[in-house]
Amino acid sequence: MAHKNMDVVYGLYDDEVIMMDAVKQANKEHLDIMDVYSPFPVHGLDPLLGLEESRLHIAGFIFGAMGTLTAFLGMTWIFTKDWPIIFGGKPYWSVPAFIPITFELTVLFAAIGMVVTFYTICGLGPGVTNPYLDDRITDDKFCIAFDKSNVDVSAVESFFASTGASEVNQKTI
Amino acid sequence: MSAVVSPIREPLITGSKTYHQITEDLISPTERTPPMAWVIGLILSIITFSFGAFCIVWTIWHGIGTWDLNRTIGWGWDITNFVWWIGIGHAGTLISAILLLFRQKWRTGVNRAAEAMTIFAVMCAGLFPVIHMGRVWLAIFIFPYPNTRGPLWPNFNSPLLWDVFAISTYFTVSLLFWYTGLVPDFATIRDRASGFRKKIYNFLSFGWTGSAKHWQRWESLSLILAGIATPLVLSVHTIVSFDFATSVIPGWHTTIFPPYFVAGAIFSGFAMVLTLMLVTRKLLKLEDYITVEHVESMNKVILATGSIVGVAYLTELFISWYSGYVYEQFAFFNRALGPYWWAYFGMMFCNVLSPQFFWSKKLRRNVLFTFFMSIFINIGMWFERFVIIATTLARDYLPSSWSFYSPTWVEIGIFIGTIGLFFVLYLGFTRVAPVVAVAEIKSILKTGGDQYVGPKNAQKMAQKLEDAHAHEAH
Repeated sequence: MAHKNMDVVYGLYDDEVIMMDAVKQANKEHLDIMDVYSPFPVHGLDPLLGLEESRLHIAGFIFGAMGTLTAFLGMTWIFTKDWPIIFGGKPYWSVPAFIPITFELTVLFAAIGMVVTFYTICGLGPGVTNPYLDDRITDDKFCIAFDKSNVDVSAVESFFASTGASEVNQKTI
Repeated sequence: MSAVVSPIREPLITGSKTYHQITEDLISPTERTPPMAWVIGLILSIITFSFGAFCIVWTIWHGIGTWDLNRTIGWGWDITNFVWWIGIGHAGTLISAILLLFRQKWRTGVNRAAEAMTIFAVMCAGLFPVIHMGRVWLAIFIFPYPNTRGPLWPNFNSPLLWDVFAISTYFTVSLLFWYTGLVPDFATIRDRASGFRKKIYNFLSFGWTGSAKHWQRWESLSLILAGIATPLVLSVHTIVSFDFATSVIPGWHTTIFPPYFVAGAIFSGFAMVLTLMLVTRKLLKLEDYITVEHVESMNKVILATGSIVGVAYLTELFISWYSGYVYEQFAFFNRALGPYWWAYFGMMFCNVLSPQFFWSKKLRRNVLFTFFMSIFINIGMWFERFVIIATTLARDYLPSSWSFYSPTWVEIGIFIGTIGLFFVLYLGFTRVAPVVAVAEIKSILKTGGDQYVGPKNAQKMAQKLEDAHAHEAH
C-alpha cells in the first residue's frame, strides 16, 4: 500500500446489507471512507464508494492485439522472408493455416498480460505482505475503514454506533 | 440481496450456513490431520505413479521399440491416452468459464476442483506426445526460437504444431485463472493460521486484503478471463481433432470431427468431475455444498453432450455409407466388425446407451448410480479414442500392410502411471487448498442458501416481493 504508518479507525459489520446501508449513511454525513474490506465481492458497493469501472479489459485488449500481431507477423516473416518453404503445394503466405496459432497467441498474451497487470496495479504478488486490519475480514466480517487524519474520530464513532457496527477498533498500518 | 431468484429453484447450499460456518466447513479439511482413506489413497497413487515413471524411463532408455507400435499402427495407446486426458481436461474450464458467462450459480460448488482437475489432466496429457517423440531431450525443437540450425523453424501449417500452441496456452490460461481464484481463499487460510503455516500461506496469498477496489478488479479479471477461455476451450479440442481431420486417412478425414470431439471432451470431462466430486464430497463431508442439485445439473450436461456424441457416431456411419466411397465405407465396417469390434461396442454401449438413463429424474438424482455411470463414461470415452486411432490405422489402404496392435506392459504401465500422477496431484490439492471456492460460495449464500430460497421459503419470498413492490409504489 502507498501509505505507511497510517492511523486507521475501522468498524466491523456482520452482514453486507447492514454494511451497505452504513456506507450510504457515511456518504450522507460526508464522511470520507478510506476503504471497505469484505470476504467476498459485494455487488452494488462500487458506485456507493465512487469507484470507477475497472479498465482492466482495455489492458486485456491491448495485450491480446500484441499477441495477434506477434503471431501473425512472426509467421509471415518466417515463411515469406526468413526461410520460405512450400508445404503441400500451398503458397508461402498461407493465411488460413496461420489462424489457429494466431488465435492461441492472442489468448495467451491477453491472459498473461491481464493477470500481471492485475497483480501489479493491486500491489499484490508472491511474498508481498500488505498490512491488514483484522483477521476476520477474510472470514465473515465486513469492514469500513477511515483514515484518522481525514475525519473527526468522535463523528466516526457515533456513526459506527448508529449504523450497527458490531465492533470498532483503531490500528496503525 | 436484490437479485431475483425463483422461489421454486432448489437451494444450492443446504444446512442453513452462516458465513463463518462456510469458512469452517471448507477450510478445516486443510487444517486437520488427513484421514486414513486419504493416506491409503496417496500411497496407492504414489506406487502406481512410480511404476509409470519407471516405464517412462524404460521407454526413454530402450526407445519406442518397447511399445508395440509398428509401421502401420504408428499411434496406439500413447495418443489414445493423450486425447483421453485432454478431453477430461475440458470440463474445468467449461464449468468455470462458460457457466460463469451463463451466470449458472451452481458452478461455484464444483468449479475449484474441476479447474484443478483440468490442470492435472492436461499435465498427464502433455506427457504422452513428449514421450512419443522418442528423443525427449530434443522436445524443445517444437518451439519456434532463434537457433543455430539455420535458424530452422517448426512448420506453422501443421496441426501437430497448432496442438503445441493450443495445449500450452490452455494450460497456462487455466493455471492463471485457477490461481487468481485461489488467492482470496489462501488469504482466508492465512488469517486462520499461525507460525510457519502462516508464512507459507502469506506467500501464496500474494498479500490479499479484500479491499473493495481489488475485488472489483478481481471480478473484472475473472469475467474477461472467462470470456477468452471460452473460445479457447473450444479451440483446443478442435485443434486436437485437426490432428486427425486434416490427414487423408479414411475415417479421420471428416468435417464432423471438431464439434464431435468438443462434445466428447465435455462429456468425458463432466464424467471425471463427477467421479472425483462424489468421492470428495463424501470424504470431506461437503454434501451441503455439492448437493444432489449439483449432481443433477451435471448429469443434464452429460445427457446433452452424450446425446450429441451419439448423434455424431450415427452421422459418421450414415455419411460413410452415403458417400459411396469404398475406403470410407470399409473404415467403418472395420471399426464395427473388424478385429477390434469389442472396442467399438464398448464405446457404443458406454457413450450412447448408458447416458440415456439420465432422462429419468430419479436416476439423475441417485448419487451411487451417477458414480457408476461416470466410470462407464470414462471407460467409453477411452474406447472412443482407441477406436478412432488404433482400429482405423490397423486396416489401411494396402491389405499387405494390415497389422494388429496390442499394448506392451510398458505402454500399460505408463497409462496407469498417469492415473497415479493425477491422483497424487489431486490428493495433494485437497490438502493445501479449499476444494470448494470459499469466497464464491459466500457470495451466493443469500441467493442460494436454503434458509433464504427454495420451495420451503416460497411463501416468505413471495411476501417479501410483495412488500418490496408496495414499498416502491409509495
